[in-house]
Amino acid sequence: MTARLIRAEDDPIERRAAARLTATFDGKHLEGEAGQTVAGLLLANGIDSWRTTSVNGRPRGLFCGIGVCFDCIVTVNDERDVRACQRRVQDGDVVCPQHDELPEVKH
Amino acid sequence: MAGETSRNRHVVVVGGGPAGLAAAAAAIAASARVTLLESGDELGGQFWRHLPQERAGAKESRLHHNWSTYTQLRDTVLGAACCEVLTNAQVWSLERDPQGSIQLNIARGPVDSGSRETFQLAPDALVLATGAHDRTLPFPGWTLPGVFTAGAAQAFAKSERIALGQKVVIAGAGPFLLPVMTSLVSANANVVGVFEANPLRNLGGWVADRPWKLAGASHKAGELLEYVGAHVRHRVPYKTGRAVVAAHGTDRVEAVTIAKVDRNWRPIAGTERRYAADAVCVSHGFTPRIELAIAAGCDISPQKFVRVDDAQRSSVDGVYAAGEITSIGGSDAALYEGQIAGHCAAGGDVADPELRRAVRQRATFTHFAGRLEAAHGIRPGWTSWLSDDTTLCRCEETSVKSFRYTVAVTGSAGLRSTKLTTRAGLGICQGRICGRNVEALLAEATGDPVGDSARTDRRPIVAPIRLADLATAGAAAPTTCTEESES
Repeated sequence: MTARLIRAEDDPIERRAAARLTATFDGKHLEGEAGQTVAGLLLANGIDSWRTTSVNGRPRGLFCGIGVCFDCIVTVNDERDVRACQRRVQDGDVVCPQHDELPEVKH
Repeated sequence: MAGETSRNRHVVVVGGGPAGLAAAAAAIAASARVTLLESGDELGGQFWRHLPQERAGAKESRLHHNWSTYTQLRDTVLGAACCEVLTNAQVWSLERDPQGSIQLNIARGPVDSGSRETFQLAPDALVLATGAHDRTLPFPGWTLPGVFTAGAAQAFAKSERIALGQKVVIAGAGPFLLPVMTSLVSANANVVGVFEANPLRNLGGWVADRPWKLAGASHKAGELLEYVGAHVRHRVPYKTGRAVVAAHGTDRVEAVTIAKVDRNWRPIAGTERRYAADAVCVSHGFTPRIELAIAAGCDISPQKFVRVDDAQRSSVDGVYAAGEITSIGGSDAALYEGQIAGHCAAGGDVADPELRRAVRQRATFTHFAGRLEAAHGIRPGWTSWLSDDTTLCRCEETSVKSFRYTVAVTGSAGLRSTKLTTRAGLGICQGRICGRNVEALLAEATGDPVGDSARTDRRPIVAPIRLADLATAGAAAPTTCTEESES
């Protein structure tokens, strides 16, 4: 958890202080600002993985950052497979980690 | 000027980065009716990826090159009466009817949501400016959280103001590693070092060989000096002939191993050095996003770029291409190619006087790009840093061992059957990340280039969509720019 958000007041590009918003991840309360993506919100809150893989159950989070790799998919307000790096957070969003079991083979 | 012929031409531009913006602006200037489609919710593409309105910075230009070019182009396309800019608009397939007319299927609305509207467009001319994404070669540990593409590091520094780590290693190949470094230090990260896989003797040629050819691109030398200055100021070492060959950690990256490599990128035993790091940003060049061009039937070069003529016209009537899908030439080449493509798509001619400068500058920058590719291109020795349990396909978690074993026992030389037996490239990203690497490993295993007509980038559904989008597909296109409003 070493990704870090530059505080608006310290930002040399003089970032506007955006409206505050709240969301939850895995039931945990998160605070963020309007305009962040879901991945941006999670990383700014010290969360660097939010999905586990189907085959080996390994943690995954952001990888490509531009919507290509689909490694960062997450469930937002009961909607699955949302790319966290592409979706902007809305106030009150309920974000859940995603793990998709492989279908069982019946004999 | 193109005059009457372009007045009623409907030009659709796909992609809102430098090439697409320049194409749209040129088509507007040539009096076409223009629709600009951008899959994200902001214009600018990856090059000018920036903060959204709610969080905008007064001095955002500090994070960008040619920011004023962006704001001018943006204002042009947003301000033109006959240009419709549709953001959050994902082209998910492209169809051609028997007469050759092109139809784009588009879903628009919040990304990956089930509530997007779908519609179709059938343009008179199409400009594809879909760009490229990082190509990342696999290495043991590259799936650990904390390992990112260099593009992710830059995107998050610019458009989120997040530094992806405190102690960052940047590795791979190509000049892109330099702006990634400056973006990260601008976000107050400590960059441990930038490691370029090509040794100096691979790199030397691009300056030494006929340097006068670079004269027109002299501001590139200025950019280079800027990066050198940043390296010195922030004491970031830049080391050549070194590659990241492993990332270490349990649930996230804690360290990386960098090894010296020979000029073909084969690691030299005994040169490994371990660095503590909480983020590793890797890029080995770029992969053009050519799915739509393939769907349109455009001729693709063996290097997987869309072949275009002097007018940026592809082999398919009415389909133009500009920017990184024609060659990895950087933003300058993209801007000039876009301008030419947009003007010609609107009915203009490449010989028109207003394109004179663009045509000349395009030649300079594509030459520059050729040199960079020769210097920084991927060398085949990378496959020797793979271990048996290195993940090849991140989505399906296919290991290098199981891939090589399956290829050997099936004797398959074809990409399609290899994908089906190994599952590499069949996961949710549909081979966007592993595709080129899978093709390279298959070619290595068989000693031949990939042997069938299958291509990783041939995807009937260009982008994953929800079944609901498919179910509602086929609705008529919304148009705000009618014949009446033009007269």
